[in-house]
Amino acid sequence: MNNNSLVSIFDYSKEEVIEVLKLASEFEKNPNQDLLNGKVVASLFFEPSTRTRLSFETAIQRLGGRIIGFSDASSSSVKKGETLKDTIKMVDNYADLIVMRHPIEGSARYASEVANIPVINAGDGANQHPTQTMLDLYTIYQTQGTLENLDITLVGDLKYGRTVHSLIMALSRFNPTFHFVAPKELEMPAGYKVYLEEKGIAYTEHLEMEEVIDNTDILYMTRVQRERFADPLEYEKVKDVYVLCNSMLDNTKDNLRILHPLPRVNEISVDVDENPKAYYFQQALNGVYARQAIICKSLNLKK
Amino acid sequence: MVKDKELQVSAIENGTVIDHIPDNQLFKVIHVLGLQNIDNLITFGRGYKSSRDGKKGIIKIENKFLDDADVNKLALVAPSAKINIIKDFEVIEKKCVQVPDSIVGIVKCVNPMCITNQEHVTTKFAVVDKENLSLKCHYCEKITDNENIRIVE
Repeated sequence: MNNNSLVSIFDYSKEEVIEVLKLASEFEKNPNQDLLNGKVVASLFFEPSTRTRLSFETAIQRLGGRIIGFSDASSSSVKKGETLKDTIKMVDNYADLIVMRHPIEGSARYASEVANIPVINAGDGANQHPTQTMLDLYTIYQTQGTLENLDITLVGDLKYGRTVHSLIMALSRFNPTFHFVAPKELEMPAGYKVYLEEKGIAYTEHLEMEEVIDNTDILYMTRVQRERFADPLEYEKVKDVYVLCNSMLDNTKDNLRILHPLPRVNEISVDVDENPKAYYFQQALNGVYARQAIICKSLNLKK
Repeated sequence: MVKDKELQVSAIENGTVIDHIPDNQLFKVIHVLGLQNIDNLITFGRGYKSSRDGKKGIIKIENKFLDDADVNKLALVAPSAKINIIKDFEVIEKKCVQVPDSIVGIVKCVNPMCITNQEHVTTKFAVVDKENLSLKCHYCEKITDNENIRIVE
């Protein structure tokens, strides 16, 4: 068991979140630093996730580290029936750090208990994906200059979206005001609303984003997926309501930035891409800086 | 000669009496404590009148004293139960069942996609609501609530 693992966003204190964001901004200024020289990082992707894996592997390469691992469980001994415990025990002997993506929920916490080296969770099923949350926080911090007292609008699938849930939990330490914009079928689950109420955090709920975007600092868009609807007619009714187009941004604040965890389908029209308020591609790049910072924190490489 | 037809539940000399078990939970208590698997002399009954509970169940087990794991299991199915410890036919100690802060290895996680249901991993929960018995899995972080509590076989 290694206490430098990052399994869930709440493994970091508020101070540690800020520390990692500051470190990320140093990597943004100077991405190539040889801090992982001589270190081996195991990149274990038990299910494919090209976006997350390339981001991690870029972070490792820019730090001068070496990578072992696999990008798909079918090319590992899992296919032969090896348990997660045994795979982790083996890799624990070889590497200095494990980055793991796994379809089973709780697998990352378990791996962090089995391993002596730190484990960074790159997504454990529908449970946690803390490095996504950290890159979202970094992007908000970078574009607004602070995480405190911001007005944040989340749009789309607020029911199933793991990214959205982790983000609101993480931001709840920074006195935000939230606006949730979603169709009835995909509204924010009651459990999260109760959590915010207990913390005294203000939130409002809306069916259309026009009601709130003119006063917001961050507009976080997510995909409304057809397969989430039991009734296809319901999907047809709402699918165009949650599409952002450029003309809707005319009266928004200058500091507004539009984020999206990607991949995007049609929920942000391409005419938004050229608007300086569009920030989702930069957000993806920030994933590399945030992951460089997280890796260095796990290995105590930079203070 | 008229026989005494009153129901007699014999006292025990040494052991444990679990009283005030909710009437409909009696067989669950027997199950979670694994009483069907031990040789001790056991007397149990349900439908006893209780001024407090309406009807209650009671279990008397000769020469058995509940350990912490047993008390934790009891807390999951009958948190209102009272435990009496008997020595030489006398009650020497009365204990209330207390729901612990965490539960290790007794309950199954409700989430089929949880690592504890996929590999040989001991379950671990934080008790997030002691009154309504709501457990948060240490691994997958999902809530197992009162209705979904299943005991590990």
